[in-house]
Amino acid sequence: MTDKNSIIRLTAAETAEKIASGELTAVEVTEAHLARIEAVDEKVHAFLHVDREGALAQSRAVDAKRERGEKLGPLAGVPLALKDIFTTEGVPTTVGSKILEGWIPPYDATLTKRLKAADIVILGKTNMDEFAMGSSTENSAYGPTGNPWDLTRIPGGSGGGSSAALASFQAPLAIGTDTGGSIRQPASVTGTVGVKPTYGAVSRFGMVAFSSSLDQGGPCARTVLDAALLHEAIAGHDPLDSTSVDAPVPPVVEAARNGSVQGMRIGVVKQFRGEGYQAGVVQRFDEAVALLKELGAEIVELDCPSFDLALAAYYLIAPSECSSNLARFDGLRYGLRVADDGSHSAEEVTSLTREAGFGPEVKRRIMLGTYALSSGYYDAYYGSAQKVRTLITRDFEKSFEQVDVIVSPTTPTTAFPIGERADDPMAMYLADLCTIPVNMAGNAAMSLPCGLAPEDNLPVGLQIIAPAMKDDRLYKVGAAVEAAFVEQWGHPLLEEAPSL
Amino acid sequence: MTTLTDLVSYEDALASYDPVMGLEVHVELGTKTKMFCGCSTALGAEPNSQTCPTCLGLPGSLPVVNATGVESAVRIGLALNCEIAEWCRFARKNYFYPDMPKNFQTSQYDEPIAFNGYLDVQLEDGETFRVEIERAHMEEDTGKSTHVGGATGRIHGASHSLLDYNRAGIPLIEIVTKPIVGAGERAPEVAKAYVRELRELIRALGVSEARMEMGQMRCDVNLSLMPKGAEKFGTRSETKNVNSLRSVERACRFEIQRHAAVLGGGGTVIQETRHFHEDTGSTTSGRVKEEAEDYRYFPEPDLVPVAPARAWVEELRGSLPELPLVRRNRLLEEWGISATDMQAILNAGALDLIVATIEEGADAASARKWWMGELARHANESGKALDELPINAQQVARVTRLVADGDLNDKLARQVIEGVLAGEGTPDEVVEKRGLKVVSDEGALTTAVDEAIAGNPAIADKIRGGKVAAAGALVGAVMKATRGQADAARVKELILEKLGVAEG
Repeated sequence: MTDKNSIIRLTAAETAEKIASGELTAVEVTEAHLARIEAVDEKVHAFLHVDREGALAQSRAVDAKRERGEKLGPLAGVPLALKDIFTTEGVPTTVGSKILEGWIPPYDATLTKRLKAADIVILGKTNMDEFAMGSSTENSAYGPTGNPWDLTRIPGGSGGGSSAALASFQAPLAIGTDTGGSIRQPASVTGTVGVKPTYGAVSRFGMVAFSSSLDQGGPCARTVLDAALLHEAIAGHDPLDSTSVDAPVPPVVEAARNGSVQGMRIGVVKQFRGEGYQAGVVQRFDEAVALLKELGAEIVELDCPSFDLALAAYYLIAPSECSSNLARFDGLRYGLRVADDGSHSAEEVTSLTREAGFGPEVKRRIMLGTYALSSGYYDAYYGSAQKVRTLITRDFEKSFEQVDVIVSPTTPTTAFPIGERADDPMAMYLADLCTIPVNMAGNAAMSLPCGLAPEDNLPVGLQIIAPAMKDDRLYKVGAAVEAAFVEQWGHPLLEEAPSL
Repeated sequence: MTTLTDLVSYEDALASYDPVMGLEVHVELGTKTKMFCGCSTALGAEPNSQTCPTCLGLPGSLPVVNATGVESAVRIGLALNCEIAEWCRFARKNYFYPDMPKNFQTSQYDEPIAFNGYLDVQLEDGETFRVEIERAHMEEDTGKSTHVGGATGRIHGASHSLLDYNRAGIPLIEIVTKPIVGAGERAPEVAKAYVRELRELIRALGVSEARMEMGQMRCDVNLSLMPKGAEKFGTRSETKNVNSLRSVERACRFEIQRHAAVLGGGGTVIQETRHFHEDTGSTTSGRVKEEAEDYRYFPEPDLVPVAPARAWVEELRGSLPELPLVRRNRLLEEWGISATDMQAILNAGALDLIVATIEEGADAASARKWWMGELARHANESGKALDELPINAQQVARVTRLVADGDLNDKLARQVIEGVLAGEGTPDEVVEKRGLKVVSDEGALTTAVDEAIAGNPAIADKIRGGKVAAAGALVGAVMKATRGQADAARVKELILEKLGVAEG
């Protein structure tokens, strides 16, 4: 099979099998995806940088390995779109910001190393909201990304480049990072699968920090099994990340191959509905819950009052940490430097560089965080927010005494039009209403498609939440739901997306 | 900006005010690698050659705590009689400065690893003063800025600055005292004695060489005055980077006099940081602190809490070396010397050398004599510390052995020491090369004695007449004739024998 159009529609698992069996070469697969990028990315703008040479070199190495008779890994030769927040030695890393324009990292992130070690072919770096701050990818300093379902709409954010790359068949795999929903919300609005693993499951070394205690890298794919295979490739203890969990990776691939909810107790949280939720989203979510029941799960209603405070607490903790994490961008050592004409002091150069290099949302959060941490306000803001965080964790703990997983809509609405919320930060922040509590507690969660909203024919995402280090439950439930829906629809949801 | 400051005489200042001090000492730990990454801490490397993404603060990099650094901190805490936290965290101290790559310093804030301790220090006269310790916490050093083009190496007037991040991330322990009150006129002496005691302690623990002249130990002196008998502290000044024991004492003294002048003139002391000047012994205004700088501390989210297990802490406590004060008191007793003698030995930095020399076989008195006499003089003349002289304890012990065995007299021994210092080899090699042996050939000596008697008949007569003291002149003549290689005592014996006089 050498039809480029059919190659790009394969799942990652199928692609890897065909490469391993010799039916396809890795170079063919990479070339098919590079051609697809060439053909559609001008419209979609998923990629900030395509590393054609690097990708071809990697695929040639895979083919050489196979020719030598070496055993190939489960994703060897499969192309991937990497969010531009992970450092890549010798390949630009901008984090969607002007302030890092032109920076070539001298080192690979741990995740980048693991991808390479697994022979996963890195096609390039994907667009994102600047420093992962946003829910629409409109905050990228390099222009917005279109949603392949409707290019005038947002692909979610901050990882909109990765989700759009998947939904437009430019890559079967992608990497995202999730601080408040940046993997799951883009997956939800593009009809793809995204997983935020347990905090500490995937190394943050080499992942440019936004909010250290919330940030988590994770897998993005078009199927639950593909996400699991990628999850297994990137997760695991890293001595370079002190917050990395030193425990075996849960059996995610096995769970994805054995989807079932039979006999499981599944929670539905009272707080995750009501005002602001689009009717079609609620409808598809209720149908998904009904389906779970049908598949043998017991549904339990849960009350988690602290979740109502999650958004407010998040917008104190994340900006506080970001105000400190982003202090290093001062124009003195790397990245953008302005006003370096000899007439300005170092302090002025730093100030002018930050003025020119950061976008409005980043500046807004740096100011919020600086204020929240300042002496006299610390207890009222950062301190209180940490207490809310403890309450959220407790609500989850209590819930998980009663249920195995929790489900909710991933985001209250389908993809909104580009520009609609750009000038209304509060409206934008609401997109993460259901995803933020998970980051606050450090749990694991997945978003997978559960249909199209009747009113706009755009994808709706179902969020599954599992306790920390029980990531395998996401895949077990996710695989069961996916199989049932595909059977119901007669095909994967993405087949209904317009061809670009 | 340097302005002349009016001072009140030290005595007058102390007649009206009680000084209150707070000392903050930073110690660079001697770990092989930095506090949060694997880079080397070796001194003297090419600028920026000992750096990595973490200590350069590159985007995406993360810290990992150096376990040896934590162990050193706990040992210091224990030696300072502190409580060791069961659980503590690092915190970020946020401020912008080009020599700090992340623009925050990873430090500890309200959860230090060690707190509530004390250190007993000994003053010149042997009296003990207890300095209470507030806390000891872990942090990382900054890089180093070199300002080029300005007149004084300061940033003012410089055309550009060079940054070397080799030092960035080197582990530091900051040790903070509680306010030191009640020292009165001895405050400067207490400050100096405290810093010295701390230095000895750090060295005894083997956690740092604590060389102040190399910046491995740096002291900030906080000082305020309050009217005699008052309880409310006055406004303090903070004199930064006072980097020798003598400077600590001088800085305190100067600030006492300056504060007294300000207060006595009806003025108010400004809360500010000040710079100390070695050349004049004075301080000048640095940065005015109108309000406490807001460092926006918060717990470092990239690191997990440090929770030293109690069993481990006890194990470390059990393996602490004998602490310097205890050791000094023991030696003082063993050697039968006075507190003042001991103080002089300490001032000269000779204690460890003397102990080592004794361990190499010398007797205590000789070891002391050589290090505090001949060698101290050499060190002074060459502007070096004793332990920087090109002679070691083993060699000094060998010289004392040669003297004890009668192979050398003191004068020859001094020549041997000179030879060793001049790089001529070991003591035995110097003896060999220079031919420095006591003349013990009785025949040669007798001839020399006879010649001396014959050449000085008047003196010989005096001696015969009972003036034994006059024999010194003849001994001198014999020593001169033998180029000092005779045993003076034996020469005297021979002279008296020849002249038929019995020694009184």
